[in-house]
Amino acid sequence: MSWEKYTKVLAAAFVFLIMTGCATKPPFDYTAYKENYPRSILVLPPLNNTPEVQASYSVLSHATRPLAEAGYYVMPVTLVAEAFKENGMTQPADMHATSADKLQKIFGADAALYITITKYGTVYRVINSETLVTAEAKLVDLKTGKLLWTGVASASSEEQQSQQHGGLAGLLITAIVNQVIASTLDQSHQIAKNSTTRLLSAGLYNGVLYGPRSPNFGKDGKID
Amino acid sequence: MTTIRLSLATILLVCLALQGCATQPASLYQWQGYENNVDAYFRSDKLSPQAQTQLMEEDLQKIQASGGIVPPGYYAHLGLLYGQQGNLDQFSLQMQAEKKQYPESETFMDFLLRNFKK
Repeated sequence: MSWEKYTKVLAAAFVFLIMTGCATKPPFDYTAYKENYPRSILVLPPLNNTPEVQASYSVLSHATRPLAEAGYYVMPVTLVAEAFKENGMTQPADMHATSADKLQKIFGADAALYITITKYGTVYRVINSETLVTAEAKLVDLKTGKLLWTGVASASSEEQQSQQHGGLAGLLITAIVNQVIASTLDQSHQIAKNSTTRLLSAGLYNGVLYGPRSPNFGKDGKID
Repeated sequence: MTTIRLSLATILLVCLALQGCATQPASLYQWQGYENNVDAYFRSDKLSPQAQTQLMEEDLQKIQASGGIVPPGYYAHLGLLYGQQGNLDQFSLQMQAEKKQYPESETFMDFLLRNFKK
């Protein structure tokens, strides 16, 4: 193959990658979202379906920033947790089971975000250990109880490592170093940040829409 | 020449692909150590409430000195830290500050002031 042909094929491949990379799933139906556009969001402490005890509050501590930067007012997460505690609730499952009406009365938020963590932590292997965090979320209008949006996102420590090419020796060294870092649990917390930010940022395909406090409010789909 | 032009196009496309699907707009708020402070609060074994309060106050001064905007929940969290140390005046002041900057918080702030001010 001549260089010119090769370049053409490569260019075509990249165009294809760009077009397919972001948009493999069918577009989300935002009708209910736009009809009940929330200004404020109550993020409930996440439901944790993993054995890792720290998962719930680790993800929760990362949830405010992407949503606030998207343009929403986010109810102060620490005070929300304390308010539940004062009402005798310490388990996220109980908090998630509270009626929309009651949540609306106490917190005055337009919508509630229910997060469920399905993966959190490190899987140890000989060659590489992987830290993975996966979470899904449902945004529900608190006045009507309607589902406004739902999404799922993952982040993995392997994303940063896939670019490294160091042969088997290099791989083994990476594995040892990673196990040392991963064992501190801080790596999981860092990956949780990537995962949560991916899940709750605006401007992403099928993601949450820009909120009223953002200069991009109402411009979703027009700036991609 | 075509080859060079095509290579340039390829490089441009690679850049686009690496950049991802969306260019992020400039940050709306100045976060400083807020997320770390929230995390420290939830773990509650890292730092004393006094130390957390001091970090939040120092960051608040940095945000205000640089003309940045205090993020949602910041004042309220600071108020909570004061409240837990028994400083109810500062608790009220910070809740009022949150309400003033973010009227969306009014219902919840009033709920907190009613229930915890006693």
